[in-house]
Amino acid sequence: MDDFTPRELMIVAAARELRDGEIVFVGMRLPLLGFLLAKRTHAPRALGLYENGVIRETPAAELLYTMSDLPNITRATACGEMLMVMGLLAQGRVDVGFIGGAEVDRFGNVNTTLVRREGKSILRLPGSGGAGDIASLARRFIVLMPHERRRFPARVSYITSPGYGEGRGWRQRVGLPPGGPAAVITDKAILRPDPETKELRLVSLHPGVSLEEVRASTGWDLQIADPVERTPPPTPQELRLLRSLDPEGVWTR
Amino acid sequence: MTRKLMSLSEAIGRYVADGMSLVMGTALEAAIPFAAGHEIIRQGKRDLTVIGPISDILFDQLIGAGCVRRVIAAWVGNVSEGSAYNLRRAVEEGVPHFVDVEDHTNLTIALGLHAAALGVPYLPTRTALGSDVARGHPGLRPIRCPYTGEPLLAVRALAPDVAIVHVQRADEFGNCHLWGNLGVTLDAVRASRSVIVTAEEIVSADLIRSDPNRTLIPGFLVTAVVHEPWGAHPSPVVGYYHRDHAHFREYHERTRTREGFLAWLKEWVLSVPDRSRYMDRLGPERRRALRIAQSALSAPADFGC
Repeated sequence: MDDFTPRELMIVAAARELRDGEIVFVGMRLPLLGFLLAKRTHAPRALGLYENGVIRETPAAELLYTMSDLPNITRATACGEMLMVMGLLAQGRVDVGFIGGAEVDRFGNVNTTLVRREGKSILRLPGSGGAGDIASLARRFIVLMPHERRRFPARVSYITSPGYGEGRGWRQRVGLPPGGPAAVITDKAILRPDPETKELRLVSLHPGVSLEEVRASTGWDLQIADPVERTPPPTPQELRLLRSLDPEGVWTR
Repeated sequence: MTRKLMSLSEAIGRYVADGMSLVMGTALEAAIPFAAGHEIIRQGKRDLTVIGPISDILFDQLIGAGCVRRVIAAWVGNVSEGSAYNLRRAVEEGVPHFVDVEDHTNLTIALGLHAAALGVPYLPTRTALGSDVARGHPGLRPIRCPYTGEPLLAVRALAPDVAIVHVQRADEFGNCHLWGNLGVTLDAVRASRSVIVTAEEIVSADLIRSDPNRTLIPGFLVTAVVHEPWGAHPSPVVGYYHRDHAHFREYHERTRTREGFLAWLKEWVLSVPDRSRYMDRLGPERRRALRIAQSALSAPADFGC
């Protein structure tokens, strides 16, 4: 029971970011499991919004591969149009949303559209989906990503989902509501924006991960909080609940 | 009222022409009109513009089959598996040919269709301000609010030539009952010049009128109605069948190479004449496993007087 996978720790850390009673733009995969775990532990009154038009207070009875799977519709609180839930997001009524990505930079801008490689070639990725909307309009957002140097450049090659842009004051200058990334949760650490500069800095190292390892996996001169914390490992209760949500480890292995 | 019931090949042959713009996949991962998409491929339509919020492999199939010139979408991929290999080959290498991608977010697709549904040229939003999605975008122009002076994006109205939607049940006049997550379906129908409906069941007009609040697509907006059971497989339809996750996984594995995709296309699209033969190929066991196991009926609503 004490052994856990890096993904399990990421999900537990994501769950701990949610507060009870919050309105959450849930997303899929790891964030979905984080939301379900939070609901079964410290945030039973959290409300889940899904961009396909679904609002849920209770968890789906089975593991979901997509938000439109039938178990997410059965016993939902409400089903309707995308603009019903996106309108709430645009109004500023959504507390927190989760996004993933291919690249994140030192100001928390996320790229899921295209990566420019050496020379002229490009790597085409699926695109924004709702991620750009969550990053633009939620009161805060959380990024979940594997921590690799190529995924953590100083500046992303394309801003799909705006974080703090070029730093302090940028969001206001371009017309975005306050919001912005509250945390970047990786398989090695947790980064949060410096309150003054809005640059991401290391605030917590996961169990067994060294500072040097995180620095080497980050493409800019990473600032370190003092003191830097150790991410608490998942509790036995968190692990038990999480494994009951995904018994075959589809998203957690 | 006009009866609009016809076969899928007739509907696609009559109402989808080379060079048209089509909105599909409007309920996101559910009720994706795969049967209609496969008929478009079999009829060899070319130079299409495909429009939609996300597309769970349907746009990838149309791109790989060479039907698409332009994509206007927020996301093109395989929701449970990741990348769309045909999109990648088309954009990165021009295989089978280059396609233009006009990137959006889900909200800007929804607002573009909503603008057309309201008959206005654009709608303003704050989403995507400062992002590279909005940079130099022909359909997302920076404006100032005439009241407050604040910066906004003007999302250009998106008025497709054709909307293709899959629904649970329709009558022969095109009045449709649909339920579950709706995504941008209703705006897509109102925004488009013609509408092709594929339906799991064709029911009487009397049954439709028993529950007018569920008639989310009124028949006078509909151009063609097609009876197409399993018409959304491998995507799910509420009340009928589950998402076929294994099919999405298999598509992902087999389409990593161009040769793999062409073999897949031949097996599942080009060598089957219609959806009923496609479902034969899927086999009775797989169909049984995908059918909903347990009904959960809603309480009836009283419309008496």
